[in-house]
Amino acid sequence: MSIHERRRGSWIITFSFIVAILLSILPLPPGLHAFMPSWLLLTTIYWSMALPHRIGIGVAWGLGLLLDVLYDTLLGQHALVMALVIFLTLHLHQRIRVVPLWQQAITIYVLCLIYMLIIFWIKGLQGVAPDFWMALISPLISALIWPAVFVFMRNLRRYYQVN
Amino acid sequence: MLMTLDYRTDTVRSIRAGLSVIIYPMQYLVDLPGNFISWTRDTFVTHYTLQEENTTLRTQNQILKAQLQKFTFIEAENVHLRELLQSSKRVGERMLVAELLSVDLDPFRRQVVINKGSLNNNLYVNQPLLDANGVMGKIVHIYPFTSTAILITDPNHTLPVQVARNGLRTIAVGTGSDNQLKLLYLPNNADIRVGDKLITSGLGCVFPAGYPVGRVTTVNTNPRLPFAQVLAKPAAKLDRSREVLLVWPSHASQAKMQTPCSRTQKTAP
Repeated sequence: MSIHERRRGSWIITFSFIVAILLSILPLPPGLHAFMPSWLLLTTIYWSMALPHRIGIGVAWGLGLLLDVLYDTLLGQHALVMALVIFLTLHLHQRIRVVPLWQQAITIYVLCLIYMLIIFWIKGLQGVAPDFWMALISPLISALIWPAVFVFMRNLRRYYQVN
Repeated sequence: MLMTLDYRTDTVRSIRAGLSVIIYPMQYLVDLPGNFISWTRDTFVTHYTLQEENTTLRTQNQILKAQLQKFTFIEAENVHLRELLQSSKRVGERMLVAELLSVDLDPFRRQVVINKGSLNNNLYVNQPLLDANGVMGKIVHIYPFTSTAILITDPNHTLPVQVARNGLRTIAVGTGSDNQLKLLYLPNNADIRVGDKLITSGLGCVFPAGYPVGRVTTVNTNPRLPFAQVLAKPAAKLDRSREVLLVWPSHASQAKMQTPCSRTQKTAP
């Protein structure tokens, strides 16, 4: 029974990941794209926080690999950073879960900033160094929309009883 | 580990290609709305608009045909003159029309996805990509259903060009912002002016010579700096065109003449 219980809602998790991937390659006017929050990272952080026994570093690494192919970047750069950020989230998840939403948003800002800075660092090693200040904007927007993402995902999770 | 492998070698290409097959339906899905809009625009047009368009296209076709008559003659003459000079011939190139998928890639680079892959066409890495107005970029990765191309405005892309007016050779580097190229290593007294047309010089052996690249927009000479700062605007509509042309330059004739291109191509892979 417990195994059956644990498997419930896999499709909703998969579906949320697919939607996040679609959002992250949505065509936008040029210049606006750098302001997009990291949708896939936010979704993965949410699931690893809510269900740490199901969504772990391995899933994050695989999703990061997909993102690498999607963005046509160096294979493994997003994978490494996603795995690292999810490791931190798993380490902190019991402390993040209990605090109010706006405090969560601050933690999310730090996590997204770590993500962006390492991505920028790897880009710099390859010789393509974008403007440093651009690294600060996308995490800020990610943190600002975090409460909305969190509430939406929590309702989704409760409605479909994913556990 | 994986990143180093990808950066230095070709071994992980199969992983990339396998994952791209999973990715393709999503890219297709994201592309659908744009596709649908162009489909509706094509379907719901009035009879009058079509007629008007037909007339303009016919007139344009007449003019182009008339110009082509002259062009074939000039081409033949050019080949003949080059034979006399014992230099390599420039023969016609094969072309294929591809369509861009409207998906966004890495926001800090300038890349596009096209809907032609290795399954039906024999594309190759570094293949030039053009649109109706000029050079767009070149292919970097080939997957079964799609390929990604790097645009000439990408900060990692360099393109050997020459000024059409006087044959002055230089290198056009992308700036990362749309519609701007930077020309490198031009001395302060170089003969270059605002409005000069830039064409490919064919020196890098990637792009065939003679295609329009852009037009010089600003020339800024500062005596304190070793080189002039020259900016250019690409001729191709990099952010607007949906249909692109893939070119197969004919290296066959060049190989016979032992040009620098054939030598570098033998050693490159």
